[in-house]
Amino acid sequence: MNYEKEEFFAPGHGMCAGCAAPIIVKWVLKLAGPNTIVVNATGCLEVATTAYPRTSWRVPWLHVAFENAAAAASGVEAAARAKGEKLNIIAFGGDGGTADIGFQALSGMVERGHNVLYVLYDNEAYMNTGIQRSGATPWGAWTTTSKVGSANPIGKLQPKKPVARIIAAHNAKYVATANPAIFNDFKKKVQKALSYEGARFLHVISSCTTGWRHDPSKTVEIMRLASDTGIFPLWEVVDGDLENMRITYKPKKFKPVEEYLKPQGRFRHLLKNPEYVKKLQEQVDAWWAKYGHHYNP
Amino acid sequence: MRMILTGNESAAWGARLSRPKVIAAYPITPQTSIIETIAAFIANGEMDARYIRVESEHSAMAACIAAQNTGVRTYTATSAHGLALMHEVLMWASGARLPIVMSVVNRAMAPPWSVWTDQLDTMAERDSGWIQVYTQNNQEVLDSIIMSYKIAEKHNILMPTMVIEDAFILSHTSEGVDVPDQKDVDDFLGEYNPAFKLDPDEPAGFGSLIMPEGPYMEFRYKMALAMEEARKEIKKVVEEYNEKFNRNYSPFIEEYRTEDADAVMVVLGTIGSTAKDVVDRMREKGKKVGVARVRYFRPFPMDEMRALAKKTDMIGVVDRSYSFGPGADLYAETKSVLYGHANIPVKNYVMGLGGRDITPQILEKVFNDMLTIAKEGVVDREVEWVGLQGDERWS
Repeated sequence: MNYEKEEFFAPGHGMCAGCAAPIIVKWVLKLAGPNTIVVNATGCLEVATTAYPRTSWRVPWLHVAFENAAAAASGVEAAARAKGEKLNIIAFGGDGGTADIGFQALSGMVERGHNVLYVLYDNEAYMNTGIQRSGATPWGAWTTTSKVGSANPIGKLQPKKPVARIIAAHNAKYVATANPAIFNDFKKKVQKALSYEGARFLHVISSCTTGWRHDPSKTVEIMRLASDTGIFPLWEVVDGDLENMRITYKPKKFKPVEEYLKPQGRFRHLLKNPEYVKKLQEQVDAWWAKYGHHYNP
Repeated sequence: MRMILTGNESAAWGARLSRPKVIAAYPITPQTSIIETIAAFIANGEMDARYIRVESEHSAMAACIAAQNTGVRTYTATSAHGLALMHEVLMWASGARLPIVMSVVNRAMAPPWSVWTDQLDTMAERDSGWIQVYTQNNQEVLDSIIMSYKIAEKHNILMPTMVIEDAFILSHTSEGVDVPDQKDVDDFLGEYNPAFKLDPDEPAGFGSLIMPEGPYMEFRYKMALAMEEARKEIKKVVEEYNEKFNRNYSPFIEEYRTEDADAVMVVLGTIGSTAKDVVDRMREKGKKVGVARVRYFRPFPMDEMRALAKKTDMIGVVDRSYSFGPGADLYAETKSVLYGHANIPVKNYVMGLGGRDITPQILEKVFNDMLTIAKEGVVDREVEWVGLQGDERWS
């Protein structure tokens, strides 16, 4: 069945103007259809879409705290199997709920091979509590707990946790990074992820206008730059075969990282020092030098 | 069928006969042999359930919550640190009104590291919104699991339940146990009929955000009402079970030779059986003592405790844990419900922490202290730690 004309994520929710997460959720649900149960980790998405007694979810929806969306999804899947029901079980979690506090539960779910699609909407910090650094915050980003000052002109000092690679290394059935601004690639990956049986993981970049400090009208543009500068590469891995990782998107010509940094307040301080911009460009270039040969559209 | 079973095997049999469809299991001493026994039942095709070998107790409870919310009966088991790790989601299970049944094998909380029996782990969860039933022997472990599903699943209750057994004294000790026939248990329990569930045909959300003007307080009040209502259902179900399976459980408090007792010892768990033996010996010497073993700590047996106080001149409460409050929990709650209802001395005896043996000699000494207080009408001190070693400053 094709449900692309139907909405399973209703408007009227309280997500910010310019937030990318509703775009992701809306399309994942359109492609999954109504025979779906959603498990949602605590976070912006949960809080802003379910103010009792209203809800934006037109599919059954369960929230069991912050750190356990993957464990809860495992429980839903086991119960559905016990009842002999076949349906899509989709978990949504932000980067805090996925890469940090929920990481153990996620690792367990993937290792056990539950038939669940886990979607990480990665806005690269704890946005629900007000922009605190997470393991998925990139190097050089300002957050309220990686502040920029005279003793630390950089912001976050560590690189982003490569969460999708780590999950792929569990031999997950299907792992992909995706970007709703590179829409065809995103859509194909969601469809592909839905078509497999087993533990599947989509790492989707999701801009946060308040946390990234950008004009809400620039969401899609900035997310597009994340992949066009090479900062957020788009790839997929089947059955944990990282050797045969397939990079699915590459711009005709990479844009300099500076273009991605410029419109975002969280990186403003980096632009004051060409050394920092250079360092970030080198990190990106190094990734592509190492993995670029996996490009295979 | 008569079998020789440990407390943990009895728990596994109680679960097996209740036919949960999802079991989430994580090992911890001294609970582990429950989930091992269940793993064997499933591997041998004797039990038809999905068995999730989760990566933590926190995830065990989260998986049970989610599975039960999807419309199936669930079971898990834990102890001490595992229970403490679950704390957040224990409150979730009760708040979400999911009638999960869980075995808890009472074990001390570290440090120092101790795997032996102590009731602090479950006492620390007294406010988590779970029904708590403490058991005295392996038969009661098995029977209480079956009864707990029946009580918890009633649509006017919908509260999760901990079935609690003492570490090693029950968990690893074999006794003769009457294992009911599957068919009789099926007749008794019936098919699980969830009050609500995640269902694509009727989408609904669970675990939403609520604002202060929303019915958060009313949700909590309904839980309080359900816990009150559980008193009635516990009584009904225990009587029904006694009748059907030829047992003799008192619903809330098992009283032993309390009718004319000068002093009554209030206890939980296996201390009850030792205390009853001591009572018999002391009665032979003409000392009028009795025992009241509390089965349900949640809901707390208020009326029964008040009725008990009318029969005796003194109550000594034994706690196998300490709460750093006004005495330990069983004492504090006993005294609280007696306030304004009975004007008799009540004293707290804290003993057996970290699995230290509670011998008949210790209990006899305590009974004699209680009789002195009953006679003189004066409590020398509210809380006495019994059996401290090695330093006279402690005595």
